Amino acid sequence: MTTATADASALRARQDRGRRAAQNREKWAQGRTYLSAAIVLLWCLAPAYWMVVTAFREVGFTYDTSILPTHVTLDNFRTAFDTSFGNRFGQALLNSVFIGGVVTVVSLLIGVFAAYALARLNFKGKFLVLGFILGASMFPGVALITPLFQLFTNIGWMGTYQALIIPNISFVLPLTVYTMTSFFREMPWELEESARVDGCTQGQAFRKVIMPLAAPAIFTTAILAFISSWNEFLIASQLSSDATQPVTVAIANFAGAQPNQIPYTAIMAAGTIVTIPLVILVLVFQRKIVAGLTAGAVK
Amino acid sequence: MATELGPTPVKAPASGGAPAHHAPKGVGEDNRIASQGRWASWLLAPTIIALAVVIVYPIVSAIVMSFQKDAGLDPATGLFTAGGPAGIQNYVNWLAQQCSAPAGGTVACPPGTLGGQFWSATATTFFFTVVTVALETVLGFWMAMIMAREFRGRSLVRAAVLVPWAIPTAVTAKLWFFIFAFEGIANKLFNVSILWTGSEWPAKWAVVIADVWKTTPFMALLILAGLQMIPAEVYEAAKVDGTSAWQRFRLITLPLVKPALMVAILFRTLDALRMFDLPYILTGGANNTTTLSILVISQIRQGFNAAAALSTITFIIIFLVAFIFVRFLGANVVEQSGATGKGKK
Repeated sequence: MTTATADASALRARQDRGRRAAQNREKWAQGRTYLSAAIVLLWCLAPAYWMVVTAFREVGFTYDTSILPTHVTLDNFRTAFDTSFGNRFGQALLNSVFIGGVVTVVSLLIGVFAAYALARLNFKGKFLVLGFILGASMFPGVALITPLFQLFTNIGWMGTYQALIIPNISFVLPLTVYTMTSFFREMPWELEESARVDGCTQGQAFRKVIMPLAAPAIFTTAILAFISSWNEFLIASQLSSDATQPVTVAIANFAGAQPNQIPYTAIMAAGTIVTIPLVILVLVFQRKIVAGLTAGAVK
Repeated sequence: MATELGPTPVKAPASGGAPAHHAPKGVGEDNRIASQGRWASWLLAPTIIALAVVIVYPIVSAIVMSFQKDAGLDPATGLFTAGGPAGIQNYVNWLAQQCSAPAGGTVACPPGTLGGQFWSATATTFFFTVVTVALETVLGFWMAMIMAREFRGRSLVRAAVLVPWAIPTAVTAKLWFFIFAFEGIANKLFNVSILWTGSEWPAKWAVVIADVWKTTPFMALLILAGLQMIPAEVYEAAKVDGTSAWQRFRLITLPLVKPALMVAILFRTLDALRMFDLPYILTGGANNTTTLSILVISQIRQGFNAAAALSTITFIIIFLVAFIFVRFLGANVVEQSGATGKGKK
């Protein structure tokens, strides 16, 4: 009786000790996870935070090192839109929206059909087409720019919107087809079958059943397409004029009042304006965007 | 390519379908495949035509241009000389770093001219590619492992890694230009006074750091997606068998995540080989940070045809690297993207 109790309590003690050790290990692992997560957060956000803080700082305190916002002002945003030093940031914003919008709409309109065919239909040469589209998305922009530069010079398109939109389609369209194909493969296509059983043609089934279901996928692809067009720099830096340049070029060439003084705070303000809408868009549609980005890479 | 996809009768069923001689198959089935083929060619036509116009046409004309002489002033006589066929002279000039001599023929390009920079630009491009992709792979893997764990605030971390990715490269370049300014925060934080964009190695590392900051999130997300495909039971079983954390990483995580990892590395490598925006804005290509892409852009205004030859060389280099990846390192992108429509079911 007594020995049994002693044994039981000893066992309990040992179990307790074991549990506590396990708990300690668990706590230690948790602590390490949080520390690592904090480092990742700091690494990803600190530089971006520094841009925003500097954007709100008075020019005289450009190199202030305090972490919290100091000498807060909105002057830099006014300077960013100021055109007296030859900067056309406001115009560039409109240009980027216009170019990005046209490129996105055109790529989606063309690409959605190709993505449907690649995801749904069985046909000869499917691998070839997929390989071609993937290859196209990996294509170096410089391989296109030389002939386009000459062609657009010859036909007088240099500095026009179409000279910026057409090359942009060359890398946004493959991305669009590729992303949408992966999305389309995930959709409940049985519904299309039932629509056809109910007497729809394949075209009707696509329009009435599949399109509404595909809307989120198409929307996500549109965001990714717009972002990649918005971020384009190489083609635009060579083929745009002062009147048609997008924001990336405007920011890269941003000039100050004196030629030897770089207007850092105004550039950071311009950078903040260009970035904030994208960051909001990306954070709101985070899940969908990550799915779109990684689509195809793991499935 | 478009003609091949034309509405020709389909002779054999697409891969994945049953062999033709297998089991008696109704006429309906054949019609179905043929009609799908017709449908597919109509649906694909706009994309193929668009890509042919915006990609295939420029490539072909770049190749044609690269075999032409650049028209220009003859440095010896000061007279205008017309172009004309050049054979492979443009390619030879780049690879041997030769420039046309005043007396006709070619001489070694004097230092500082574009023609003398081919091999250094190639070396710089490969340096950037190897160093950034290696760092991004290691850091990206680490980030992905953290994001795969369960902890409060995980969604915050997953959101935060998207921030560097969402910032346009041109803005990233300006931001790091400011951080690496002489009086900037980088020097103050580490209490050094380095002219980051003023000499070769600091300038190179500035580009590497900015690129790693910007693109590691993409790598991390691709690897994370691969990690999430591994069922938790596999780890549980391995734990029961008494494996160490390192063994689980080496024997389970690495092999199972390898396909996704290879695709991520391939994407990043091809992207790094065409690197342009970051060094162009951050250092202006000075101090040996000129990549092949920057060299092409600088050459365009000095002669289209020589630039076309250089861009073709760049294209071939990137193509070869992609080929090596797919052929020897097993990065099967097309298969990885699940091209077998039926494989899903």
